[in-house]
Amino acid sequence: MKILVPVKRVVDYNVKVRVKSDGSGVETQGVKMSMNPFDEIAVEEAVRLREKGVATEIIAVSMGLPACAETIRTALAMGADRGILVETDVELQPLAVAKLLKAIVAKENPGLIVMGKQAIDDDMNATGQMLAALLGWSQGTFASKLVIEGDHAIVTREVDGGLETVSLQLPAIVTTDLRLNEPRYASLPNIMKARKKPIETIRPADLGVDPAPRLTLVTVAEPPKRVAGVKVKSVAELVAKLKTEAKVI
Amino acid sequence: MDFQLNEQQLAIDEGVRKVCAQFDDQYWTDCETNLHFPQEYYQAMAEGGWLGITMPEEVGGSGLGVTEAVVMMHAATASNGGYSAASAIHINMFGPHAIVVHGTPEQKQRWLRPLVEGKQKACFGVTEPDAGLDTTSIKTFATRTNAGYQVKGRKMWTSTGQVADKILLLTRTTAKKDCKRPTDGMTLFYTDLDRNKIEVRRIHKMGRNAVDSNAVFIDDLFVPEEDRIGEEGQGFKYILDSLNPERILVAAEAIGLGRDALRRASAYAKERVVFGRPIGQNQGIQHPLAECWTQLEAAYWMTMRAAWMYDNGQSCGAEANAAKFLAGRAAFDTATRAVMTHGGMGYAREYQVERLFREAILTRIAPVTEQLILSFIAERVLGQPKSY
Ligand SMILES: Cc1cc2nc3c(=O)[nH]c(=O)nc-3n(C[C@H](O)[C@H](O)[C@H](O)COP(=O)(O)OP(=O)(O)OC[C@H]3O[C@@H](n4cnc5c(N)ncnc54)[C@H](O)[C@@H]3O)c2cc1C
Repeated sequence: MKILVPVKRVVDYNVKVRVKSDGSGVETQGVKMSMNPFDEIAVEEAVRLREKGVATEIIAVSMGLPACAETIRTALAMGADRGILVETDVELQPLAVAKLLKAIVAKENPGLIVMGKQAIDDDMNATGQMLAALLGWSQGTFASKLVIEGDHAIVTREVDGGLETVSLQLPAIVTTDLRLNEPRYASLPNIMKARKKPIETIRPADLGVDPAPRLTLVTVAEPPKRVAGVKVKSVAELVAKLKTEAKVI
Repeated sequence: MDFQLNEQQLAIDEGVRKVCAQFDDQYWTDCETNLHFPQEYYQAMAEGGWLGITMPEEVGGSGLGVTEAVVMMHAATASNGGYSAASAIHINMFGPHAIVVHGTPEQKQRWLRPLVEGKQKACFGVTEPDAGLDTTSIKTFATRTNAGYQVKGRKMWTSTGQVADKILLLTRTTAKKDCKRPTDGMTLFYTDLDRNKIEVRRIHKMGRNAVDSNAVFIDDLFVPEEDRIGEEGQGFKYILDSLNPERILVAAEAIGLGRDALRRASAYAKERVVFGRPIGQNQGIQHPLAECWTQLEAAYWMTMRAAWMYDNGQSCGAEANAAKFLAGRAAFDTATRAVMTHGGMGYAREYQVERLFREAILTRIAPVTEQLILSFIAERVLGQPKSY
């Protein structure tokens, strides 16, 4: 079975993001970029499935500027076998990504797609679900456990109030939650091996997909600054303030 | 000219930082306080294959250059562990150089593989109490016997001697007075650190206490023929080959330490409010920190230039020395400034900068002092009469 793992290049989670002065987005120039952490978990899960003999090949896909090849290399260093870069300078929204992935699925015929439940930049939490709908495949989102049994994927999902276990007919889409696994660090020998693994570069037109955005971004703004709290002298004063000023009780 | 790290070097930087991120301030504080060799960190680096970065592929290494080792060591010292993080693994980067170049295929397999795999540690026995920087005046003597050598002598400052399995040992096999040139008559060995014959006494020192340094007493140690590196009498030349890479690496390690100190100082300057505003809003606080940044950057690119020259087969003595000089000063000035920026808290262990400060001065002393660097540059670059 082939596993497809889409990986997104995002601003590193340690970076304090800054909004561009014209409100058109966040600053990415000269900012450290990394693989979306949920996608790292997806790569790790795929590599574990291959190590268990469940999967035979792992294909990492990234989309966007040429620098996305670096993100693919990271996946290759973690253990993916080859990469596909869909190169475009168009700003990609979830629907476009899902359509592009659908076209890649048609070429590659994976038995399983493991992907992040969301990207930490736009927090859309949409691509996996859209792709499942476009393909007509089963989906197990927010996975905290994944077991392949025959032609089914048994997925434990983190939902409000507890865990839910679903059985999906393969091929299927699984989106990863934080507790699914702890991704490995790429070792130096694997970083070196990753240099020699192939990355195929294609363009959206090659896949017959128009990736133009359907949503218009109106503005991006910083959240309001937190103002200093107030100190109260007694419980009575606190209760009074909660009633009259905050109006929460 | 391309003044930036390539994709692989960026991956190395990121890979090392990920491993190091598992070891936090508390870990390094405990190692420092309890004189505990950072074995867990060492093991993690070994498991990631990092100890073999410059070692040949036939012994399990990655065969990369000094430039990549610079990227690695810079990342390692910038990630909380400071110079202790460097010294715990430093010897793996350049120490076996003489073996790589002059060892037999059998020696390489026997010695380098366990080093790369993290199964054996080695220490570097060059400095002696009565020779100091004047290396050709060492007294440790190896006398020929039938099957090998009998070694007697003393070494000084030998780092990691408490935990090492092996010692790289520079000896005299012909007394200096009987040699045509002072650099003749020296022989290099790599042999078991046999604690029945070698006493290793820890030196109490200012800092970098996670990694020991020792006075070493060698009493009639037998060294078999097969533990000699290369030819008898050529040891000094073999050691010389590894000195430039070592200086370049020490420079990188010092700069990483400086970066960590500067990061901590900048964070503190932004947070600490005195007289109703963050102290970093005062130019008296922010300008010295900005100056430290310029020094670290200058030293970093000097170091990269030296590494590039070495990897491209150019002679780089002046550049390697200059890099180590600039880096040591930049690290020391930055660590000092980091303590000063923290005020009283700079003196408290909790804020880590006093640990970095105590370590930073070492980069100005070892493996070669500033005076000797300047003497070398004055002589070799500026054509002044030799002063030492
Ligand atoms: C923590 C630590 C770890 C170390 N680890 C190791 C190790 O693992 N293995 C190892 O072999 N060594 C090690 N060393 C030794 C280190 O390399 C030496 O300390 C260093 O080379 C300086 O030599 P020295 O201490 O003998 O100084 P000396 O040679 O005694 O010099 C003393 C001072 O005089 C100055 N000086 C000497 N001659 C001249 C001159 N002609 N002109 C101007 N100034 C001069 C020197 O620059 C220095 O300031 C370590 C040292 C330290 C502090």
